[in-house]
Amino acid sequence: MSRHVVIVGAGPAGLAAVEHALRAGARVTVLDQAESPGGQYYRMSPEAYAAQHGGPEFTRRRRLLAHPRCQWWPGATVWAFDRAENRVHVLRGQSDGGGRQRLTLVPDALILATGAHDRTLPFPGWELPGVYTAGAAQALAKGERVAIGGRVLVAGAGPFLLPVAESLLDAGAEVVAVLEANPFATVRKGWSARPWRLAAHAGKAGELARYAATLARHRVPYRFGRAVIEARGANSVREVVTAEVRADWSVVPGTERTYEVDAVCVGHGFVPQPELAVAAGCALDGGFVRVDDGQRTTVDGVFAAGEITGIGGAVTAAAEGAVAGRVAAGETPGPALVRARDRAHTFAERLATAHPIGSAWRRWLREDTIVCRCEETTYGELVRATADPACPGPHALKLGTRAGLGPCQGRMCGPAVSELCGGTERHHRPIAQPIRLGELAARTEGEPE
Amino acid sequence: MSGRPIRITVDGEALTGIAGQSVAGVLLAAGRISWRTTRSGAPRGVFCGIGACFDCVLTVNDVPDVRACRRPAADGDEIRTQSREENA
Ligand SMILES: Cc1cc2nc3c(=O)[nH]c(=O)nc-3n(C[C@H](O)[C@H](O)[C@H](O)COP(=O)(O)OP(=O)(O)OC[C@H]3O[C@@H](n4cnc5c(N)ncnc54)[C@H](O)[C@@H]3O)c2cc1C
Ligand code: FES
Repeated sequence: MSRHVVIVGAGPAGLAAVEHALRAGARVTVLDQAESPGGQYYRMSPEAYAAQHGGPEFTRRRRLLAHPRCQWWPGATVWAFDRAENRVHVLRGQSDGGGRQRLTLVPDALILATGAHDRTLPFPGWELPGVYTAGAAQALAKGERVAIGGRVLVAGAGPFLLPVAESLLDAGAEVVAVLEANPFATVRKGWSARPWRLAAHAGKAGELARYAATLARHRVPYRFGRAVIEARGANSVREVVTAEVRADWSVVPGTERTYEVDAVCVGHGFVPQPELAVAAGCALDGGFVRVDDGQRTTVDGVFAAGEITGIGGAVTAAAEGAVAGRVAAGETPGPALVRARDRAHTFAERLATAHPIGSAWRRWLREDTIVCRCEETTYGELVRATADPACPGPHALKLGTRAGLGPCQGRMCGPAVSELCGGTERHHRPIAQPIRLGELAARTEGEPE
Repeated sequence: MSGRPIRITVDGEALTGIAGQSVAGVLLAAGRISWRTTRSGAPRGVFCGIGACFDCVLTVNDVPDVRACRRPAADGDEIRTQSREENA
């Protein structure tokens, strides 16, 4: 019998893994909590995608889901992984619904491709309705044709802000400006180091040129070295305050400027979603799942690919997924696949050096600025708790301030809290996705074959 | 997205959306940007858009704590908005 490879996540990484595991002869089960494949990147209908990107990639990969050796489970949330029994626990049905079907799988190899979510640094007013992550603006505009506002400011760090601005314009919003917090010198230096390697990413250069043309056509200014430092309004955002920032993101006094807007979206890069990898016992490096040349994690039989192993965009994610698919199916990946993956990693490195996070962002915070959105823990409370000798270590800090103990379990505030208070992030969430008590008590159906 | 129109009710008020939109998408398109209050009474709506922040929870057909950004809206859904006390 051929090997049974279970793949969690049908984004660019997961879909490439499906393709290559099938080519290597494996039997594949691929699950995603979303209703349709594509992950965060391919968020539109395949027809719309083909029209915009002209690429047959997604359509081709999507077709593989109908392969006779492939089982595709949409609407399937993996909520736990039992290491001792090598058992993947799945809930199938409406998201967050009651009475979903409980299923388990016992794979020969497991590929985790659960992706990342936005990182947004806190600033005064970031909890107001009308403030969104850049990814939320993108998901709503691209996937649902809904613009988050009429007059929108796009800010943060990284090239992702450009497609977000484009999608917002497409969905009918007015984009007042796109602000990159890093100075132009940092961005240019990061991208132009070792220029001969950029040839591999010629496609990216074309994409950038297209965004630049779109912004110019709509007269949207794209500024470097400016950041959103405050959002204001009573029950929703009415205006945002931006300021010129230095390379370390400290504010240059007197450069503040106020924009009247009804929405603002802010993204400072991405944070991996490694809950399942942690549950499986995989080692992490700086929050990312540690993998070797064959995308193997530190746990036998468990592989990881895509943005849970590092942030590098869809092309990098797919290159990793391809290698993971081959190795998980028991094959040695060909040199071309390995080369493509390694080349993609140089792109990821450049992304990180061109768009770093300046350490002085904490000076945007005030005493009463909320850091943990769920528990409404303020910067002042965190500072006091950190200085309190009765509260040593991250665990006591959390219990003392409740930061990170709300429904999101520190997904939003975790990186900020650990930067502000020291200590490492604790990622262990035994339940990776919410499950209702009734569902937990119910009998598991479809025990493994 | 040129799809089929769907109708849902939110706290009794009828809203129309398009099949394929999430509950959050239907609410936002109708101009509702917040629908939950925190313990301190502050309003919240969508933040992350992909199910990570839990800011957008509401009650769908009597099932509480459903993330509006993750749940595709279905014709006839009855939505109720939530306060923190209710989901505790
Ligand atoms: C909201 C958002 C929008 C983005 N939009 C764009 C864009 O338009 N253009 C661009 O270049 N980049 C975009 N990005 C960046 C993008 O994340 C990556 O470039 C790329 O999609 C990474 O691919 P991946 O396969 O690693 O992960 P993803 O594409 O994130 O795929 C991960 C998949 O795993 C699934 N999943 C996660 N956990 C579970 C679980 N427990 N059970 C079941 N399924 C699970 C998710 O539903 C998701 O479909 C976006 C990122 C975010 C967060
Ligand atoms: S907006 Fe973050 S979970 Fe829905």
